[in-house]
Amino acid sequence: MHPRGHARRILPGFHLSLGITVTALSCIVLIPLAALVAKSASTGVGTFVEIATSPRTLAALRLSFGAALLAAMVNAVFGLLIAWILVRYDFPGRRLVDAIVDLPFAMPTAVAGIALAAIYAPNGIVGAVLDPYGIRVAYTPLGVAVALVFIGLPFVVRSVQPVLEELESELEEAAALLGANRLRVIWTVLLPPLLPALITGFVLAFARGVGEYGSVIFIAGNVPLVSEIAPLLIVIRLEQFDYAGAAVVGVLMLVLSFVLILGLNLFHASFRRSIGNG
Amino acid sequence: MVDSARDRAPAARQPARGESLAVRVVLIGIALAFVSLMLVLPLLSVFTEALRKGWDVYVAAIREPDAHSAIRLTLLVAAIAVPINVVTGVAGAWVIARFEFPGRNLLVSLIDLPFSVSPVITGLVYVLLFGAQGVFGTWLAYNDVQIIFAVPGIVLATIFVTFPFVCREILPIMQAQGSADEEAALTLGAGPWWMFFTITLPNIRWGLLYGVLLCNARAMGEFGAVSVVSGRIRGLTTTMPLHIEILYNEYNSVAAFAVASLLALLALLTLLAKALLEWRYADELAATRPL
Amino acid sequence: MTVALSIENLRKHFGGFEALRGVSLNVEPGELVALLGPSGSGKTTLLRLVAGLEVEDAGRILFGDVEANNLTLRDRRIGFVFQHYALFRHLTVEDNIAYGLRARPRRERPSVAEIRSRVGTLLDLVQLGGLEKRFPAQLSGGQRQRVALARALAIEPRVLLLDEPFGALDAQVRKDLRRWLRDLHARTGHTTLFVTHDQDEALELADRVAILNQGAIEQVGTSDDVYERPETSFVCGFLGETNRLPVEFAGGQVFLGELPIYGMAHFNTPGPGSLYVRPHDLQVTEGGTGALSGIVLSVRRIADRRRASIAVPGMPAAIETDISSGFAPAVGERIGLRIMRALTFNEAR
Repeated sequence: MHPRGHARRILPGFHLSLGITVTALSCIVLIPLAALVAKSASTGVGTFVEIATSPRTLAALRLSFGAALLAAMVNAVFGLLIAWILVRYDFPGRRLVDAIVDLPFAMPTAVAGIALAAIYAPNGIVGAVLDPYGIRVAYTPLGVAVALVFIGLPFVVRSVQPVLEELESELEEAAALLGANRLRVIWTVLLPPLLPALITGFVLAFARGVGEYGSVIFIAGNVPLVSEIAPLLIVIRLEQFDYAGAAVVGVLMLVLSFVLILGLNLFHASFRRSIGNG
Repeated sequence: MVDSARDRAPAARQPARGESLAVRVVLIGIALAFVSLMLVLPLLSVFTEALRKGWDVYVAAIREPDAHSAIRLTLLVAAIAVPINVVTGVAGAWVIARFEFPGRNLLVSLIDLPFSVSPVITGLVYVLLFGAQGVFGTWLAYNDVQIIFAVPGIVLATIFVTFPFVCREILPIMQAQGSADEEAALTLGAGPWWMFFTITLPNIRWGLLYGVLLCNARAMGEFGAVSVVSGRIRGLTTTMPLHIEILYNEYNSVAAFAVASLLALLALLTLLAKALLEWRYADELAATRPL
Repeated sequence: MTVALSIENLRKHFGGFEALRGVSLNVEPGELVALLGPSGSGKTTLLRLVAGLEVEDAGRILFGDVEANNLTLRDRRIGFVFQHYALFRHLTVEDNIAYGLRARPRRERPSVAEIRSRVGTLLDLVQLGGLEKRFPAQLSGGQRQRVALARALAIEPRVLLLDEPFGALDAQVRKDLRRWLRDLHARTGHTTLFVTHDQDEALELADRVAILNQGAIEQVGTSDDVYERPETSFVCGFLGETNRLPVEFAGGQVFLGELPIYGMAHFNTPGPGSLYVRPHDLQVTEGGTGALSGIVLSVRRIADRRRASIAVPGMPAAIETDISSGFAPAVGERIGLRIMRALTFNEAR
């Protein structure tokens, strides 16, 4: 019962709290997810492959993963910049900007979705500016990416910010005293310790983007094969009572995200080892 | 997910080093432009769109019976989901922060799992489990229990989506504080529950409140998962976000934005409360250093 | 009842690490005993086992005649002062001290008035009257320490346990509190066990000192016992400053290299060993004679003494010796040293 010779635990509540946690986790999360895997496994290999390789499924997955990747890259750049100015510079409204960065965490996705659609529609504030140049955001794949940038931004900022705050200024000053110019200092002294946090933020933003639904569907246009995201395809299959079809797309999304995140984490781990602060 | 240790010591912010004023101004300018375009503009547009046809239309959209029942349902779902997640979140943080046991790291990952599962997949799994063709579908139909396309399904999906919030917020605080306070209470003769309510709970109160705020914001605003399991029966199983979608798809944009503005206000209040808590937090976290 | 606390053959391991390997110790009623040792020697583990904050692998703990192993923390009635005090930061000084009384089951709980008067008495005892409404964050380190002590005393503990009681304080406060704690102990007479890594603290404060090393007790005794009559080479080397000289035991003689040291008796088995001599037990001889002879490397002042480092050929390290204030050797001068008092131990080198 108690491994490693724990005859008795001094602090109370081990069994109670473990029991509550594991029971709730199993009932709410694990058993339902197992049902998904079971359902898609019961479809049979032939059907599974057929659904998985259908042009519509592939297009939806490509859009969801591609847009999430693009958005995460944009967020890595701008998230790092925002974290940098919040930590390093003092300017009027700094606290306000700091607070507003969390807006995507707090704002319901459907609200964000209709707001973004209104702004980027051809007659919206931004859409009207872009339209004459032939740039269409709303109802195109670009719109999907814009929504995912909105959703993912705080993940990068909030991952990088605490690390940037902890960075010792002595490192930077030492490098400057040794005669390195500013760009070289940033590139060789500041960026390496920030990279793990940046990758973490990137992965979080990416993972969130792949599965995002509410903020995307209003701006995406939802044209099959063009601007239809994978989560929407699941909803459509469900509305057609095609449970197997929905389950297969769902499992594909889970497996692909898992593989990509695992890969990034492995890269991350080997990187940390190589710079020796694992 | 939101790092609570952030900004704990505003005084620790270092003065600008290195960059010239021009570079600084340009960098701040770019960042502010990005924040304005991506975050501030959408937020403002919610309110301008909602008030586009004046105050009376706005109020009428909110007073409308379907809007009313959507608000009631949203509050009901949050009132059930949030307390459940408080109990499981506190229990999870306690067991992870205070005990060594095999599978501890796995448990941490599993508690975080809902963060990386698409909300739509969350809805899907409940449909596969409790839907008409689902694993328990026949049994539920026979016993006349409705979960999918009904309130229980909405509550379940909401609990799934918000499962990690409370635990994530209080776990780092509990770990930073260590168990000396609880051990002291026990040696002074406190019983387990006495210890919990007089020592453990007060020690995590601000983190817990913050976790509850985030959990609540997400519970009231959840769209994807709820939309799959609700069936969108107007006036019965539509929460506020679903009601917004219905209105928007009916080209009743003003009404949609009017309801959305309520949720946007909730988001703003959450951010405000968070900013205030971080003030408090600054002391609390500083106080986690041993006295 | 002659023994207030007895520890019998206590063992504890954490994973593959043996924290305690069969420790036994008796503490008499009213005694103040120090557990002294380097970090990792198991002293804190021993204290936490007595408190019931860890569970032993084997061995017994008795409070008088009461076997403690199966007592709950509440029934043990231990006053434990944590290293960083673990004061409840959301409670006032008063509420911190009253915590143990209020935590009792309703039947055993004193009345509100009684609690108030007990807290008042304790506040006077630790000289913190007037600070009862303060929060821990508003107190100095020394004041926090005293609140922690008052809180532990409030439950009328069988035994008072202090984990590095002065560890978190700066040097001056530490000295004052040390004296104050000694007085307090003299007045209240609680059986007390405290952990420290600071030998001055242990030697000055404790009735007896137990010296731990690698999970075992090396020696228990009064300050004079352990300092002047160390039983093991570890105790000898750990307490105070010593020079360690590699020697050979043969017959009744102690050989330093090829030469016997005259006047040194020993009871060691023949073979290699070590000779420990304290700086104040070396005397400078005239003309470079004596057991040791070498070149002065440096002379420096340490508070009330003067200390010279002497390079002696064949020795692994410079020999430290105290010198009288009338004598001022120049750096580079050759001087001789006589060993006045020393201890010898068989020891593999």
